[in-house]
Amino acid sequence: MKILMFGWEFPPFNSGGLGTACMGLTRGLKNANVEVTFVLPRKVDLDVDFLKFVYGDEFSGIKNYYAVNSLLQGYSTSENYNDRVFSEGEKMPALYGKDLFEEVERYALIGGEIAKNEDFNLIHAHDWLTYKAAINAKKISGKHLVIHVHATEFDRTGGNNINQEVYEIEKKGMEEANSIIAVSNFTKQKIIENYGISPEKIKVVHNAVDFEDYALGEVHKLKKTKKVVLFLGRLTLQKGPDYFIYAAKKVSEHYPDVVFVVSGSGDMEKAIIKKVAEMGLADKFIFTGFLRGKDINEAYRMADLYVMPSVSEPFGITPLEALRCETPVLISNQSGVSEILNHCLKADFWDVDEFANKIVSVLKYNELYRCLRENGSKEIKNLNWNEPAKRCAEIYEELLRGKK
Amino acid sequence: MVSVCFYFQVHQPLRVRKYSIFDIGKNNNYFSDNSETSLNNVKVLRKVSEKCYIPMNALLLELLEKHPEFKVSFSFSGVYLEQLEKHAPEVLLSFKKLVDTGRVEILGETYYHSLSFLFSKGEFFEQVKKHEELIQRIFGKTPRVFRNTELIYNNELAKNIEGMGYIGIIAEGAPFILGWRSPNYIYSPVNTQRIKLILKNYKMSDDIAFRFSERNWAEWPLTASKYAQWINSVNGGGEMVNLFMDYETFGEHQWESTGIFDFMRQFPEEILKNPDNNFKTPSELAESYPSRGVFDSPGFISWADIERDLSAWLGNEIQNAAIKKVYSLGFKILKTQNSELIDKWRKLQTSDHFYYMCTKWFSDGDVHKYFNPYQSPYDAFISYMNVLQDLELRTDEILNEKKLSVGKFKSNIYKENSLTNKRGDFNGGN
Repeated sequence: MKILMFGWEFPPFNSGGLGTACMGLTRGLKNANVEVTFVLPRKVDLDVDFLKFVYGDEFSGIKNYYAVNSLLQGYSTSENYNDRVFSEGEKMPALYGKDLFEEVERYALIGGEIAKNEDFNLIHAHDWLTYKAAINAKKISGKHLVIHVHATEFDRTGGNNINQEVYEIEKKGMEEANSIIAVSNFTKQKIIENYGISPEKIKVVHNAVDFEDYALGEVHKLKKTKKVVLFLGRLTLQKGPDYFIYAAKKVSEHYPDVVFVVSGSGDMEKAIIKKVAEMGLADKFIFTGFLRGKDINEAYRMADLYVMPSVSEPFGITPLEALRCETPVLISNQSGVSEILNHCLKADFWDVDEFANKIVSVLKYNELYRCLRENGSKEIKNLNWNEPAKRCAEIYEELLRGKK
Repeated sequence: MVSVCFYFQVHQPLRVRKYSIFDIGKNNNYFSDNSETSLNNVKVLRKVSEKCYIPMNALLLELLEKHPEFKVSFSFSGVYLEQLEKHAPEVLLSFKKLVDTGRVEILGETYYHSLSFLFSKGEFFEQVKKHEELIQRIFGKTPRVFRNTELIYNNELAKNIEGMGYIGIIAEGAPFILGWRSPNYIYSPVNTQRIKLILKNYKMSDDIAFRFSERNWAEWPLTASKYAQWINSVNGGGEMVNLFMDYETFGEHQWESTGIFDFMRQFPEEILKNPDNNFKTPSELAESYPSRGVFDSPGFISWADIERDLSAWLGNEIQNAAIKKVYSLGFKILKTQNSELIDKWRKLQTSDHFYYMCTKWFSDGDVHKYFNPYQSPYDAFISYMNVLQDLELRTDEILNEKKLSVGKFKSNIYKENSLTNKRGDFNGGN
């Protein structure tokens, strides 16, 4: 079986969860004997042996359709679909055009062209940025289309100031698709409610975590002297950093010997730092800014607890990464990952008291910390990408059978 | 001759409400929760009463009136009867009516459905005594056969229970102890004089309690006449079949729609069709049949899970931390002589609290197997430990007021890894 897959980013040239998920999924598909041609809008220097890549800007006739270099201005405005965002001035290759919609349109044109030249049975596209390209590919090839929803505009914006243009593209993609894969039941529900799609069309395939290329690092010195509670994610409305600091305030009243580490950047960064100072917590907080690669693992490793108070998290791969570093996690019920993770603590994002209660409990009751760490890191060992890939392969087969 | 012996366990714990770190020192209400969740004890009691206690008691009364040979037995926890007195007196009355037939026996257990035998002998004796008094007050009976919480049993328990005057004790017919032998006979515990051991036939009990509604079970649907054939076939290979199960099997675990009530309605008649069969209560078994062998269980067994050990309550670090903590408070709390505080502390010893912290099936997501009113075992632990913090705070306050120093008494309480050897008593300090 051959799949033409439209993506937007791929590690290490990714800004977050979407790229990580694409890599995990395609690796799993390889193990399930599914052949994938992975399309990216522009050429990046990747060293991946399990995939064939096609780069949009190398494609005949349309090369450098828009000659633009500046990076990702669109990201900080119309979409925050990733788990982490590039901080300003970050040295990354110029992936995309200065205007995101321009880039999406360019990709759409290429999509059709690629479909003419490639040999495949089915199209699989990840998130709204690729939908137009994938729809064109479907039109030209007449093959079935699967779209994979990692996040919707409603998650990114918290339901306020929905970008109408993005919404329209999402809705069109969902309607054109023969089958929709949602990363959680939480997301499936949003697709049903906000886009009017019939539930039968939507299959849930949860994300997973890769253990390849991963080794436990040293434990940070800080952990040896203090209890450390970590927030790691974009400092935006969606991730609930404000709930984290309100909970921190309550925690520090009950458990003074604690340090809160905040890793990440985003549009709420200044407001959060200011608020922490106002609440008199400056000496309890460490802001690390945006972290990448090994530094992320080090942050997880120094923490006694990783907290993800997301307001709306379609999946949320970071708790799995934290557990991979043997750090227990407390996550909001408003997340897809809470559907598959059992050995962790959960609370509603708005319930600051409950977040504080659970944070203090982990700091205070060592047996709880140890039990969560041991059982949680054991549990995620079963959450590898082979299972979700198998589910995708089943969905492909089902569609192809129906077509004949 | 085959005697069929029913014993139904009737128990509802006082589940600890959602109790946060912010409640400590401010809220001494540990058990009442008026939420819509299964932590609302009154709500659970009402629900189970409607589905099980009321219809099943009515059915048993009907059967007892219809068949003079029919007999059953119950074991009620004290915390359960307390809840009935307070919130469902009509249910209690219907149990009394059953007992008034003279063919319903009541067994002895610990008042608080606790694991106290494992952690404090003194506390255990207190709770058994308190249970005896309660049964005497409510039903006017004195239990003669004992069953420990969750059928937790070892040689030492049997010896202690014999010393307390019981003529019989109940245990799981654990295959790894019985070996080739059958649970369908009376046995003698090691190193005892007279006490008779009555073993649960777990296979035939579980056919009713667990497999009854399983559609992929080869014997489904199970009818009373088919079951009676199985009982008949025991003739010659056993003297009794002991069917021990949770009373909630009827209507709560197995819903009415599974046909469980109809099965029971037919049951006595089908069994009694064979003149070689009869019904007996546990004390009648102990009095009518001789011991056919010695049952040696130096380690603890129970009726829980496939393991039939203690791992459902003491299988992980949080469970052990919680139970260690509650028993470590014993000496101080008893010292206060504050009956309200002591009662709360004992209610926190109920085994269910630790069961809810069990993590062994949690990963499989098998929620049916693992009924838990908490969102997770960790949530159960957090509320429980926070409550103990509050309890300790209040205890210290009272002791300070009384200007009593507990420091000079050396408490000889639970020590880690002491499950199988020495365990101290609290009454040493008085």
